[in-house]
Amino acid sequence: MRAPSSGETALGEVLLAVEDVSLSFGGVRALTGVSFDIRKGEIRAIIGPNGAGKTSMLNVVNGFYHAQSGRITFKGEVRTSMRPYAAARGGIARTFQNLALFRGMTTLDNILAGRALKMRRGFFWQLIRHGPALAEEVEHRRRVEEIIDFLEIAAIRKIAVGRLPYGLQKRVELGRALAMEPDLLLLDEPMAGMNLEEKEDMSRFIIDVNQQYGTTIALIEHDMGVVMDLSDRVVVLDYGRKIADSTPDEVKRDENVIRAYLGQPHGASA
Amino acid sequence: MQSLDPSLDTVPKLLLHNAVALGSRPAMRHKDFGIWQSWTWAQMRDEIRAFSVGLAELGVKRGDKFSIIGSNRPRLYWAMCAGQALGAVPVPVYADAVADEMAFVLAHAEVTLAVVEDQEQVDKVISVSERLPALQRVIYDEPRGLKDYDHSRLIAFADVQSLGRKKLANDHQCLEQWNAGVAAGKSSDLAVILYTSGTTGNPKGVMLSHQNAIVSSRNGNAFDGLGPDDNVIAYLPIAWVGDHILSYAQSYVGGFCVNCPETLDTVVEDRREIGTTYALAPPRVYENNLTITMVRMADAGAFKRRMFDYFMMIARRWGEKILNGERVPLHARLLYGIGDLLVYGPLKNRFGISRLRVAYTAGEAIGPEIFRFWRAVGLNLKQLYGQTEASVYVTAQPDGEIEAETVGRPSPDVEVKISDSGEVLYRSPGVFIGYYKDPEKTAEVRTPDGWVHSGDAGFFDSKTGHLKIIDRAKDVGRLKDGTLFAPKYIENKLKFYPNIREAVAVGADRDFVCAMINIDLTAVGSWAERNNVVYASYQELAANPRVYEMITGHIDEVNRSLSEEEVMAGAQIRRFLILHKELDPDDGELTRTQKLRRRHIGDRYAALIKAFYEGAKFAEISTEVTFEDGHKGTITARLEIRDIKTYPVRAAGMVRAA
Repeated sequence: MRAPSSGETALGEVLLAVEDVSLSFGGVRALTGVSFDIRKGEIRAIIGPNGAGKTSMLNVVNGFYHAQSGRITFKGEVRTSMRPYAAARGGIARTFQNLALFRGMTTLDNILAGRALKMRRGFFWQLIRHGPALAEEVEHRRRVEEIIDFLEIAAIRKIAVGRLPYGLQKRVELGRALAMEPDLLLLDEPMAGMNLEEKEDMSRFIIDVNQQYGTTIALIEHDMGVVMDLSDRVVVLDYGRKIADSTPDEVKRDENVIRAYLGQPHGASA
Repeated sequence: MQSLDPSLDTVPKLLLHNAVALGSRPAMRHKDFGIWQSWTWAQMRDEIRAFSVGLAELGVKRGDKFSIIGSNRPRLYWAMCAGQALGAVPVPVYADAVADEMAFVLAHAEVTLAVVEDQEQVDKVISVSERLPALQRVIYDEPRGLKDYDHSRLIAFADVQSLGRKKLANDHQCLEQWNAGVAAGKSSDLAVILYTSGTTGNPKGVMLSHQNAIVSSRNGNAFDGLGPDDNVIAYLPIAWVGDHILSYAQSYVGGFCVNCPETLDTVVEDRREIGTTYALAPPRVYENNLTITMVRMADAGAFKRRMFDYFMMIARRWGEKILNGERVPLHARLLYGIGDLLVYGPLKNRFGISRLRVAYTAGEAIGPEIFRFWRAVGLNLKQLYGQTEASVYVTAQPDGEIEAETVGRPSPDVEVKISDSGEVLYRSPGVFIGYYKDPEKTAEVRTPDGWVHSGDAGFFDSKTGHLKIIDRAKDVGRLKDGTLFAPKYIENKLKFYPNIREAVAVGADRDFVCAMINIDLTAVGSWAERNNVVYASYQELAANPRVYEMITGHIDEVNRSLSEEEVMAGAQIRRFLILHKELDPDDGELTRTQKLRRRHIGDRYAALIKAFYEGAKFAEISTEVTFEDGHKGTITARLEIRDIKTYPVRAAGMVRAA
């Protein structure tokens, strides 16, 4: 259970390795000795029934939570307790299960906010908004426009995101994460609450992001169909433990997984 | 026919002319990455020339056909001109056509090359490529997603241009040769093949010459005073003749700027940023905008709503008159001015139409309510009747002579006449060369002396002198005494009443016209509620004498309006009944797109039709119906048939009272 699985579909080197991570809140054990890795250029899914610890896992990866034990290696560096800010600096971007956009701001400004960490000029320069600061803003705006074009959201560029339908807000959130030009993109249920058409669109964008920008993606998703179609490798969690880690096809046949999803009485397992 | 200046008689020649005469003025804009990119006429010439030389390098030669597939993007318009400069013929295809339809057109036109917008279109063309033996290359504008495709026959637009630029830089004779090639073009050359989406059978390729396009464009520009200061937005399909003439040929002839929107969803926003001055759109565009307005107003606060209602009343009363330049009292002008400040101005600004000098609706009949609304708020909306075979213009309404129900007077240089059978015929310099590879069909449609059968039945309105289009000619029949009987025309008049959902007019080869009416349950139901009319079912409501009274009133108005039109006056409704059930696609009475299936209705309700002409007061009918859950049942009813007054023909003064 220690070593990260050696997936035959492995693409590149290991980008992020999670080793024996445990996390508990008081008496509640959210994660127990979880280990897996994410390789460069792949789409990695983390699935599991409700309360399995998927979001906790993601929160540990980008530093919202700090694991009580275990080790996280990102880009070859061991990080025991990374703060979210440092994670973002280091190239990890994410979207949230419940949207976390600036509702009163436009699509354009929301995505531009994703460039905040890339801004070189300080507050004073931004205030003057001339010379180098202006040149910098123009460059950032160009990048943002590329993302708007990529996600086909030109029509809502200047609309406050709070007024947008849910599916589009999700897309804006993805846009903001992309604006960071991350090495690793964490998507927490990118398709929750979407209809079939929106799901298909979102799947298309996730694949395009992966192929065109070469971004490594880790996603949590409930919709099994989506997971099986999109991901290269799948980790399955149940009650805070890893119960399977393999290709989608194998995971689908795994008895532990089937049992976890069909909801057999818990207690004897693990 | 007027002859053209031989130095300006093809579109590529006009390009070279404009590049010098209007060199630094904008020819085209495209919103890309959130910014309006623009090209002057001189820059556009350079872009087109580079692509054109690149095409020649790829082996495109005089007489070749090449296809253009995609939405309105500058590069696709440039490709048309670039090909024409070599004497090749563009064949624009509807971008939303499915691969199968596309395959038919590409194969029929024997295109050797396709210039397409993006991956989606590349995929479509590739998927049918085994049916296109002549197709050698596909050029794409947007490279996204195409990186891993097999590029043996695929090439990017920009790469073709750099091929051309390299050639121009290295070979000094190249430019001269290219210019000579443009100069060799003649006005009688085939300029474009536009496939019309036929409702029956395969699409037909309408061949237009440079002469057709340029004379039509020149007349169109002159009619509405379009020049280099004007702006249009190109968002309708490039394969549609309206777009080809307005956004392409007319721009080259008039030197005005064509703006391409960022995406189809941003058209309103983009139009607002540009402030376009001229527009041509099908009625549904105006209808949608009106619906959006009404929905928004219904959601607005009470104060805003009352303000809107009040000033719309002012607009309905005075707006048209002010627009037509009639004399109106000072207080009306004042009130209208305030309304413009508070309501009409902001409303027009919202849709980006504040600067529109002329807006046309064309393609099909527009509801008079919609038409009058836009005119009332000060939009100079006019009607136009055009066909692909005529390079658009057949008739148009001149400023100040606007009617909701006519399509205007013959356009400049166009002759229009009505055949003995009631069909509209026209003859003009814009009349097409013929259908591509279909001389038989061409001969069927165009007489040896140049008159084209429009396929539409119509007549000249005696009051205004304008043409009115009634219906497709094949649907128009005659009464026994020879009076013209256009069922759809009558039915449309009836259906403009909200209480009438459907109407079926019968009368072909009969003595007079009768109508079967379907009431609209929502409208009549709410009327019933307000008027204490009690009913338990649709059937009971339909048979209610007070409902009959109400419908009688509507038909009476329709008859009066028919009596004012000499041609239609004989076809007034004499008897009618209200049907006991709604016409339904499940029963085969309507098509899925809600069009009447006349023959089937005639068979199903034969008993009612018999009763009409036997003079019976009541008719028994029993029809089989399919319920929503699929099981069948029978509805039996005894329907009342009422006689209704007809009016004497006003114009001719004939008396024919019932």
